Amino acid sequence: MTAVLEPATPAGFTPNPSKPATPSPGRLVDKFALGLDAPICLTWELTYACNLACVHCLSSSGRRDPRELTTAEAEAVIDELERMQVFYVNIGGGEPTVRPDFWHLVDYATEHHVGVKFSTNGVRINKEVAERLAKSDYVDVQISLDGATAEVNDYVRGAGSYDTAMRAMQNMYDAGFHGFKLSVVVTRQNVDQLDEFKAIADKYKAQLRLTRLRPSGRGADVWDELHLLAPQQKQLYDWLVANGEEVLTGDSFFHLAAFGDALPGLNLCGAGRVVCLIDPVGDVYACPFAIHDEFLAGNVRDEGGFKGVWQTSELFQELRQPQSGGACSSCQFFDSCRGGCMAAKFFTGLPLDGPDPECVRGFGESALDAVEGSVPKPSLDHSHKNPLRSQKLKKKPVALTLGVRPATGVVSAPPARGCDENPLAGFDPSAAGVRPPTRGCDENPLTGFTPQPGLETGSQAV
Amino acid sequence: MTTQTNRMSVPPPAAQGFDLDVAWELHPSVSIRPEPFGALMYHFGNRRLSFLKTRQLLDVVNGLAAAPDARTACLEAGVDPAHLPALGRALASLAAGDLIRPKTTSTEEPA
Repeated sequence: MTAVLEPATPAGFTPNPSKPATPSPGRLVDKFALGLDAPICLTWELTYACNLACVHCLSSSGRRDPRELTTAEAEAVIDELERMQVFYVNIGGGEPTVRPDFWHLVDYATEHHVGVKFSTNGVRINKEVAERLAKSDYVDVQISLDGATAEVNDYVRGAGSYDTAMRAMQNMYDAGFHGFKLSVVVTRQNVDQLDEFKAIADKYKAQLRLTRLRPSGRGADVWDELHLLAPQQKQLYDWLVANGEEVLTGDSFFHLAAFGDALPGLNLCGAGRVVCLIDPVGDVYACPFAIHDEFLAGNVRDEGGFKGVWQTSELFQELRQPQSGGACSSCQFFDSCRGGCMAAKFFTGLPLDGPDPECVRGFGESALDAVEGSVPKPSLDHSHKNPLRSQKLKKKPVALTLGVRPATGVVSAPPARGCDENPLAGFDPSAAGVRPPTRGCDENPLTGFTPQPGLETGSQAV
Repeated sequence: MTTQTNRMSVPPPAAQGFDLDVAWELHPSVSIRPEPFGALMYHFGNRRLSFLKTRQLLDVVNGLAAAPDARTACLEAGVDPAHLPALGRALASLAAGDLIRPKTTSTEEPA
């Protein structure tokens, strides 16, 4: 819930300001906060299977879940999204391209007027695939990379994953697919490489997209090690300001607004209001960073389907009520920061109506000191049971243990069984790609929203 | 993916002098969804989300293709003639964002 859309006041059409032609008084962002009849876009994790085991995976992916939606069920979801006029879906995982019906579902979605943007570590983006993708205006691709050098990247995403991503980008470039996204989760280790990331994106005619590390999924395990230090937050903010709209942020960083001017975006947490997550087994969560029972609204297999969940679930109804700023209400930056990210707070044990753990004014740190007891753990864990070969090859010890998060209370992951797709089947460890990193609120479609004061229209890059 | 070159660009502010007297139409790559406050528009070519802040403007946009010119589309949507200049500015911003385009008989899409 963090969200973000620009502090915008998208212009309303008011030919006569004193007497608006039709509704629309107030800021559009306020209307969005109250929810829409259908999401603008949503994130759809197609599978928990992944050839990688990134240490910060927001969905604790690794092994396929035997309950994942079948092809027919996935098609039915797409049919429903088409009826609801959802413009596009952000497909992720896991590594979505390892699903055998992945390309079929992409085609099915675009044929049914639902655009697709998918996140990948690049493992399946060979020359043929890149050429095919380049021919569609309705498919966008986001390649994940979390280090501008192999050393930094592979530490987080696994041995060989840097080479996989670079090869995928080369294939995209060669195929003439310009403007695909190079997606980076900013960490303590790569924040000094922002210029290098930009150079890589420029080289392949891609657009750089930076998102925030969240303590979601396995990200909770590495949060203390990888999240930005206070001076690095300022460094990132300054860099984003200097680079402006050329760099997408998925509206991830609105909590940095307290450094000065708000960054482009709407400063609205879209969770359950304009976006949501459908996970591989059809569960609908408020946002991709909140895979926890607390934020579970329903399942697409329920009677009423996705539409029923979106429009009538108690959780979403609640999220669409005006939210209290709580301890942040009196802060002068509350209008743009909105108290930060719901998921970041939740998974660090902070109250949802207080400061973000990375509050730039330092209120998060003091709040964290006051946290007692254990912090909530993700409700699901599909991490690989054993280290991947790409991890075993590491020379440098990884600071965290992968895939052995104790299932605290909640639903534990289904046991590894024969029907679990082995993501390593036929996999060349030297080409190990990585699963998409924590995607920022990119899910928030209003990212980079550019208001045009005085006009009755507005637009933003997504 | 030639149409993606403008993905990173920000549409310029509304151009001056929108021609209300020629025929316009919704860009074929644009999807439009009515909302209580007006409408949301999504351009699959440049992947930008836009919105209309009133239902009346939505009616105007929806009526463009069938009307001989934009002025007629506005009037048929019930726009007060005194507000035509404001509508023209709104339409100009949509044209600047490539959301609407001069109506052509050709099926070829501008890049």
